[in-house]
Amino acid sequence: METKKKLKVSAIRNGTVIDRIPAEGLFHVIEILGLAKRDLQMTFGTNLESKVLGTKSIIKITDKFFEEDDVNRIALVAPDAVLNIIKEYKVVEKRRVVIPSEIYGLVRCLNPRCITNHELIKTRFTTSMTSDGIVLRCHYCEKETEQKNLQIISNN
Amino acid sequence: MKSLISINDFNKEEMMQVLDLARKYEAEPNCPIFSDKVIACIFFEPSTRTKLSFETAVSRLGARVIGFSSLPATSIAKGESLKDTIKMVSNYADMIVMRHPLDGAARYASEIAGCPVINAGDGANQHPTQTLLDMYSIWKTQGTLENLSITMVGDLKYGRTVHSLLQAMSHFNPRFRFVSCPELEIPWEYEHFLDSRNIPYSQHNVLEGQIQDADILYMTRIQQERFQDPMEFEKVRNLMSLDASMLTDTKPNLKILHPLPRVNEIATDVDERPEAYYFDQARNGVFTRMGIITYLMNQ
Ligand SMILES: [Zn+2]
Repeated sequence: METKKKLKVSAIRNGTVIDRIPAEGLFHVIEILGLAKRDLQMTFGTNLESKVLGTKSIIKITDKFFEEDDVNRIALVAPDAVLNIIKEYKVVEKRRVVIPSEIYGLVRCLNPRCITNHELIKTRFTTSMTSDGIVLRCHYCEKETEQKNLQIISNN
Repeated sequence: MKSLISINDFNKEEMMQVLDLARKYEAEPNCPIFSDKVIACIFFEPSTRTKLSFETAVSRLGARVIGFSSLPATSIAKGESLKDTIKMVSNYADMIVMRHPLDGAARYASEIAGCPVINAGDGANQHPTQTLLDMYSIWKTQGTLENLSITMVGDLKYGRTVHSLLQAMSHFNPRFRFVSCPELEIPWEYEHFLDSRNIPYSQHNVLEGQIQDADILYMTRIQQERFQDPMEFEKVRNLMSLDASMLTDTKPNLKILHPLPRVNEIATDVDERPEAYYFDQARNGVFTRMGIITYLMNQ
């Protein structure tokens, strides 16, 4: 069990541990969940060893539990992420993130000629999985943005 | 209330309903059934051909046309947002026909307008009325849309008419041949689209030899701007141009289509051949657009 291995960052009593974040995805996850803007007690671990990812990051957030829709938004940058729900130092639930079928806001359309890059419009995409990862299809210009080209819109 | 923004907005049945209406209008072009309607044709970039075709269609249906054409006379040049312009126009009109240089502009407009929107071209994205008139031309000349062999030639990378026609025809069990140069090959997402529907296709770099078993030869223009080297452009163009001498041993039902304007990818000696259909194709545009307006107005 992952949690028994001692997560190299001190344990929390109640809250959420987001595990298996790709090392380079840590700051995106913080941004997407708006963690920096809240008065939350958090600890981060980064460049930890991971059998699945090589290296990974984790975030522990005290006294914070997420709504499913909220947390699935991080699937774009951390598709393998696992949420450990902690109550009284014990993992009471493990949840994998699920890629939402539609994504509103959050990501910029890669097409410079897309109307969403010229007017104040909330972006909107449908998602699909390919062998190269997630592909987002823009609801407006109908062009596809691949996972490796994703640009997260800040202050969302 | 339904809009036509992308060819994917219509299913097979809806496409056939529009084509049936187009056939009706071709038999009887003067049908002033919408004399109580005002239709706005707003063109944020010039396109004389498409605008004339739409305005003729609107007039033959008895509706009145309002609108504007391209910058800078309109307030858009003063920085008015697309949103504000669409809100304003939809106060006056029962339907909006719009052309815009940016991809996705028509979809956005359809979400804020209080009336149906017809996309008359949004940047490099979609031009669904062109696709429906292409389909009408195919249907009319072949008697069916099913099981046809279609050879598409030219700029298959940027040519939006190619992409939309390919999507639309996918409902009708087609076979495709793509003739292009490596720089202008069909994008991977369309190959993926065809693969996922088990639609057979093959790719070629020379037009010669790819015509003989075709029912439809769909020619498109290659723009010189796509090439950095003018010599390369000349070479490629020669490999993808059609002249009358190439039209031997072809199928008797072969028709040549081109969304126009052509430059010289079709030699003028083809114009008099019975296979040449591109001028009739343009005429079909009016009837098809009458069909589209009627179908959407009645939703
Ligand atoms: Zn877009």
